[in-house]
Amino acid sequence: MENPTPFFDEMLGPDNGARPPYEAYHRWFEGEDRRDLIRKSGEAERFFRRTGITFNVYGAADADERLIPFDIVPRIISGREWARLTRGIEQRVRAINAFLHDIYHRQEIIRAGRIPIELIAKNDAFLKAMIGLEPPGGVYTHIVGIDLVRVAEDQFYVLEDNARTPSGVSYMLENRETMLQVFPELFGRIKVRGVGDYPLALRRSLGASMPRHASGDGAVAVLTPGIHNSAYFEHAFLADHMGVELVEGSDLRVVDGKIAMRTTRGYKPIDVLYRRVDDDFLDPLSFNPDSLLGVPGIMDVYRAGGITIANAPGTGIADDKAIYSYMPEIVEFYTGEKPLLENVPTWRCSEADALAYVLDHLDELVVKEVHGSGGYGMLVGPAASKKELAAFRAKLKSRPANYIAQPTLALSTVPILTKAGLAPRHVDLRPFVLVSPNGIEITPGGLTRVALKKGSLVVNSSQGGGTKDTWVLEE
Amino acid sequence: MLGKTAGGLFWMFRHLERAENTTRLIETGLRIALTRPDRSNDEWQSLLKTAAAEQLFFTKYETADAANVVDFLLRDATNPSSVQSSMAQARQNARMVRTALTREVWEAVNDTYMQLRSTLARPATDKNLPDTIALVRQQSALVRGALHGSMLRNDVFDFARLGTFLERADNTARILDVKYYVLLPSISQIGSNLDNVQWETILRAVAGQRAYSWLTQGAVTPKGIADFLIFDGRMPRSLKFALGKLQSNLGYLEAEYGSTLPCHAMAARLNARLCTSSIDQVFEEGLHEFILTFLQDLAALGRQIETDYRFIG
Repeated sequence: MENPTPFFDEMLGPDNGARPPYEAYHRWFEGEDRRDLIRKSGEAERFFRRTGITFNVYGAADADERLIPFDIVPRIISGREWARLTRGIEQRVRAINAFLHDIYHRQEIIRAGRIPIELIAKNDAFLKAMIGLEPPGGVYTHIVGIDLVRVAEDQFYVLEDNARTPSGVSYMLENRETMLQVFPELFGRIKVRGVGDYPLALRRSLGASMPRHASGDGAVAVLTPGIHNSAYFEHAFLADHMGVELVEGSDLRVVDGKIAMRTTRGYKPIDVLYRRVDDDFLDPLSFNPDSLLGVPGIMDVYRAGGITIANAPGTGIADDKAIYSYMPEIVEFYTGEKPLLENVPTWRCSEADALAYVLDHLDELVVKEVHGSGGYGMLVGPAASKKELAAFRAKLKSRPANYIAQPTLALSTVPILTKAGLAPRHVDLRPFVLVSPNGIEITPGGLTRVALKKGSLVVNSSQGGGTKDTWVLEE
Repeated sequence: MLGKTAGGLFWMFRHLERAENTTRLIETGLRIALTRPDRSNDEWQSLLKTAAAEQLFFTKYETADAANVVDFLLRDATNPSSVQSSMAQARQNARMVRTALTREVWEAVNDTYMQLRSTLARPATDKNLPDTIALVRQQSALVRGALHGSMLRNDVFDFARLGTFLERADNTARILDVKYYVLLPSISQIGSNLDNVQWETILRAVAGQRAYSWLTQGAVTPKGIADFLIFDGRMPRSLKFALGKLQSNLGYLEAEYGSTLPCHAMAARLNARLCTSSIDQVFEEGLHEFILTFLQDLAALGRQIETDYRFIG
């Protein structure tokens, strides 16, 4: 393997021996011909192209679809490690839902002085339309993606909570499908927990969250912004695998107090709408009046209990980067327990002391926009030029409350296959969590994103990241 | 099914059928250019007319020679009916209705689009044009095979077939329209030989030359060709065949949904006219008028289907 790095590598220990979860895989790998594996890698790529798993890049010159690169070396998590992670994730997701209910009702957490009121009152992600509204089944975040990073054998951090419309689950499923096609023999040797039930689990989970006065058959539909959306493939994929309709705003209207879709036989009511459209565009009557992506009047139907919207509008207040720094307090406040998963230490630049520290240590820190996502508008201090640092310093000073800063984490690495053999690259992990009135379900696996560029810490697909299949071992 | 999905399926298969038909026009032109070089430019121009692309063509080019016409019909992005444009639209529609398609059908369309895109990245040469044509032919067969072998026989299938046959009927009718004067008895007197290039163009454009020979033992007459393309229910590109399929697919929808809509009566009327008429009657009334009326009725049927099944809101 190329130059060992000071980072924690999940496959190879300091002595270049495989860590226990990777032992069987590593043995197999050593016995394979490298040219053969490179060839299979090409096969995997063709598989992706054929199935059309692509995403559209916003702002790219050619509006064409791109393929997210896939690396054939799996990321492997032991059963024990996974059990520990899931306990932490479940606790966190419970707290997020309790927080959302509280923040749109009595706001006990503010009364108790655990988080400052300005954080809510001045936050664009706080949706006034949700105040006092009781979502069906009491669930706010039906689907959550918790982004985790690892820095040492026993140290994981939550990097971000995705409580709005987390994407990437289709990659989790298709990556596995590809591995099963290209390396069927591996799955005979190594017992890997399945992820393929996710679409049915999602359907079940959404069905369990339908409104009390449902139309009867609990019809579910997926709402997409349309064919040009970067995640359109995933929207179609999920609708197809759940066996439900994929609708756009133009297919929907309010009929007799229900949201109904225009079918070849007239309008049919929907009970649960899994929407992949942002809050802002959901209802031109309640939010952005120019939106053509939503359904005029859906918020009225929602308020009257006529439909379940998944995730509920206004959940963004829980995954806002400014709120993130309070997550340890939030978990403790609602569960009465110490958080099982750690937060990354975070400086809130809105606070004078923190800002001073951040400005002093800009070249060591990662600075993120509070409302940004996808790796856009972010500064990675150690990788930035003097000019970039100066420019960012100015931005930071003019709008400090718009930023938070975190130490540059020593993200763990997992090897990828290159022409020269295995080479360590930084990874993160997004497990997918389903919440319904019946409980919380976490699919054993998730989306492992990998920074393909040597030394890079940015794993976002829009910034040159790829993905790996994520294996949780049966134990 | 969503109305939008029904519309997407309908148009997806119209575009696929169109890509195949346009490819056949190119093949016809090519064949004539190779065997009758003195006549080929006239034929290229009449093929453009058949593809309903003549006007647009002459805004870009001065002469309808082989290189220009082939490039325009095959890969011109500004020509909405070029093979490349048709395939791109077929795939765009397929993406839109992805949930209604089996993986086999989707992959066949996606694969076709990707292969064509890389093949058509550069102008076709004399040498690789036959391969390009073969590629479209093979890929079209692949999509059709995937459709037949993997899709449920339900409304999804019916809307796909409606698109196919509406486009096909339109295509055959337009070939007849462009060449109708060749088929008129007044020009080609009984007993005299029909201009060989002309009838060859007509029959090749619908992939019917061999079938026609089988059925008529080689007796090529204008009336025979017109009869074959309009009234012969055995010929899969004839108006009668396409209309019959349109009516039966609409009939399956009528039965499945349990509701009779205006498009059903319209298709039945159109079909009945074909079934009760004959080629002699058509010639008596005027071939040109017959085809014009047919094309108008067909377009109206397309619009009625769109309305009845709520393709757009």
